[in-house]
Amino acid sequence: MKSLVVVGNGMVGQRFVEALRSRDTAGEWRVTVLAEEGRAAYDRVRLSAFFDGVSAEELSLHTEDSGVDLRLGEPVMRVDRQRRVAVTGGGEYPYDALVFATGSYPFVPPVDGTDLPGVFVYRTLDDLEAIREHAKGRRTGAVIGGGLLGLEAANALRLLGLSTHVVEFAPRLMPVQVDEAGGAMLRRYVEELDVKVHTGTGTTAIRPRTDGQAVHGLTLSDGSWVQADIVVVAAGIRPRDDVARAAGLDTGERGGILVDTACRTADERIWAIGECAAVEGRCYGLVAPGYAMAEVVADRLLGGQATFPGADMSTKLKLLGVDVASFGDAHGATEGCLDVTFTDPATRVYAKLVLSDDAKTLLGGVLVGDASAYPTLRASVGGPLPGPPLALLAPESDGAGTRSGIAALPGGAQVCSCNAVTKDQIVGAIHEGCADVPAIKACTRAGTSCGSCVPMLKQLLAVSGVQLSKALCEHFEHSRQELFEIVRVRGIRTFSQLVTEHGRGRGCDICKPAVASILASLGNGYVLDGEQATLQDTNDHFLANIQRDGTYSVVPRIPGGEITPEKLIVIGEVARDFGLYTKITGGQRIDLFGARVEQLPRIWRRLVDAGFESGHAYGKALRTVKSCVGSTWCRYGVQDSVGLAVALELRYRGLRAPHKIKSAVSGCARECAEARSKDFGIIATDSGWNLYVGGNGGFRPRHADLFASDLSTDDLVRYVDRFLMFYIRTADRLQRTAAWIEAMDGGLDHLRAVIVDDSLGLCADLDAAIARHVESYEDEWRATVDDPERVRRFTSFVNAPDTPDPSITFAVERGQPVPALGERRPVVLGLPTMGVSQ
Amino acid sequence: MTDTLTERWEAVCPQQRVEPERGVAALVDGTQVAIFRTYDDQLFAIENRDPIAGANVMSRGIVGSRGEAPTVASPLHKEVYDLRTGECLDVAGVAVRTFAVRVRDGMVEVSAT
Repeated sequence: MKSLVVVGNGMVGQRFVEALRSRDTAGEWRVTVLAEEGRAAYDRVRLSAFFDGVSAEELSLHTEDSGVDLRLGEPVMRVDRQRRVAVTGGGEYPYDALVFATGSYPFVPPVDGTDLPGVFVYRTLDDLEAIREHAKGRRTGAVIGGGLLGLEAANALRLLGLSTHVVEFAPRLMPVQVDEAGGAMLRRYVEELDVKVHTGTGTTAIRPRTDGQAVHGLTLSDGSWVQADIVVVAAGIRPRDDVARAAGLDTGERGGILVDTACRTADERIWAIGECAAVEGRCYGLVAPGYAMAEVVADRLLGGQATFPGADMSTKLKLLGVDVASFGDAHGATEGCLDVTFTDPATRVYAKLVLSDDAKTLLGGVLVGDASAYPTLRASVGGPLPGPPLALLAPESDGAGTRSGIAALPGGAQVCSCNAVTKDQIVGAIHEGCADVPAIKACTRAGTSCGSCVPMLKQLLAVSGVQLSKALCEHFEHSRQELFEIVRVRGIRTFSQLVTEHGRGRGCDICKPAVASILASLGNGYVLDGEQATLQDTNDHFLANIQRDGTYSVVPRIPGGEITPEKLIVIGEVARDFGLYTKITGGQRIDLFGARVEQLPRIWRRLVDAGFESGHAYGKALRTVKSCVGSTWCRYGVQDSVGLAVALELRYRGLRAPHKIKSAVSGCARECAEARSKDFGIIATDSGWNLYVGGNGGFRPRHADLFASDLSTDDLVRYVDRFLMFYIRTADRLQRTAAWIEAMDGGLDHLRAVIVDDSLGLCADLDAAIARHVESYEDEWRATVDDPERVRRFTSFVNAPDTPDPSITFAVERGQPVPALGERRPVVLGLPTMGVSQ
Repeated sequence: MTDTLTERWEAVCPQQRVEPERGVAALVDGTQVAIFRTYDDQLFAIENRDPIAGANVMSRGIVGSRGEAPTVASPLHKEVYDLRTGECLDVAGVAVRTFAVRVRDGMVEVSAT
């Protein structure tokens, strides 16, 4: 067995060890990692998330591996190349191969006062902890450096509640990435966050307080004074090449351990990867190229021939909430190049394309404020423009522009730069049978890292003429509509029967809830009995809505938004007695948050005894029928909107559907109930009701279209009955009514023909199905609390039912309980991965 | 890797408390463990904490399969995990801890070592 010593345990060092270990199946290498920091590898790219409440533990990249001897807090002091040993304070480590992954150190400009208490750099978790500690009780902070890291540090100080200044020597923020106009736009965003920006000025000294004990502020080269109780130096990084240099290894002109494209130094046993390496003289300060180098050396140590091909230094990031992207020759350094710029002060978008002198080839560009065009543009660098420049730069309206763009992309253009996947490779994968995005991801790795190219993958599928598979998931070849017909016609009652006879495997989180919904729509009773319970998503499973900390929210039905004072008091008492956070919803009801699983039955018991029932806020089902107060009180009202809303909500309550269904009734044309933003909305007229269908709020708001006018209440209800049941039978999984109608051949006219003229001869069947639903409705909460067997499922721990989940803790915000800050954990995205050209 | 001599098993519940294709949560030596039973009556145990969202909810996920792998999907953001290895099949590099689990005298037991 040969000995491998890895110097450094940062992101790249860790990635290298994992890559080597996963491929070294023969166990050729014994691995020792010698690390300076006392902490195992962590995600330095997301370092600033630490100030958003993400813990050090969550940033950790460490994985247990008994085959790796990880020695933390034991930096390598020198490498003796004659004796082939790495020397630390703790001993000597012989090596057959040694890999430097020492990263960078922060550059601190040579001015007075950098050693004062209260002056920090921004590189390690220890730095951040020290900053947080020092910031306690302080008011002002300053950051030296207005680049990427400086702006991150400024945001950190902001989040710590400090009045913050940024000092940048260059004439604009992020000088490396953006041009002057882009920097000006960025500055507007940053200043709006109350960060004071000083550009075109250096720091001449950091001054102490009169007692000399701590920092007091900065003197700038323009003579001005910035007071600061804390100063963060983020003026750039330098490769950490000192140990290699002392060992007699060559370094690059601007530092960095000099290596060839195999990442090997002149000493064939010594390698360097990541920010400390100067590959053919060039250093890369991004993690993705570092990962690529890690893969190269892992491959080489196991006999491979991988080389590092150089890296695309394009970047897209979100800084202080602003999208910023730069790619290719962002600064127009190419001789004779032309700029096309687009500035919109209204939407505050700035974009620039750099074109070749004949305006035919895209060389690079800068985007600030809206980076949605980044994937297409970056992929087009070096090739012909994929469309007219202004169409490419203007913020996307309907995606049509980019569709023509992607068709025009050259085959060799990289669509996924994280994994170096070209358009040709993706189109090839599509032709070999990849019929959807997950298949392309699995086959090519495109879209598996940052994900920004996923819209392009979809467009490539579309322009390749791929008939998108209608298969629900890997377990069923059928669409939801086909499954619905199979279940209905064959009278199938269980998922097991359906998957055995018509599918394969044991289902998943996609097909199981879809089948659960179909079974429920077909009147298969209580949704948590027998096998049906195993199909339900957690919300349906616990008849409540799961929240980020694993607690649930409870929404009792308040039909039409009408509620008596007595019932309001009951809700208040329940919330108070169980310590729940209360909020009024958009659907005119009250949401009670923070209920633990084992509390749910007791909460429901109280509510049910007071005459409440489930509001089905957790289900893909009818939610609410919202109403304005209508003719009962309102001097403008022409019909009783509340009365109709209550009747409709009670008629369709509990109706399971492909997606949630919302409704509203307005008592006059003033439309105070916002009925046109609903799946079915009703607006009173002098002589009856107008029915609108296919509206929604949400991600893509859409107004409902007029379906029929001046209906009697009976006709209205009949049409809504048929509309809902036809939707339930024929829509796709998670397809709302708007998309369902849009996708329908013949659209709204066809829908009218089916519902009003019975063109398909379905109406009797649809009417009967709704009648069955109305008759068989039962409140799921009551059905649960009335049955001790069912209640038993609502337990914290099967072996400790009296112990609540100890990880659930609350803080108080504006007088109400909320998940404690430490428990708020934003979703962590996957690590970027890099392909290696062989 | 388990050393049977030092292994300690903790009984958590009768076998039938874990219903097919469902999970239960248990507290084993202060660690929250999610125990699942697949349709073919195999038992699996993983840490109950969703490693991505941080909440203790894995026992409430949907049990199913992906290819040959028996799986559970996190109820929060639906990432799917291989019950055999704890590996996340949707996000590279993410995994949950797994525990040995067995049935003795009608009781489900989880390895507490």
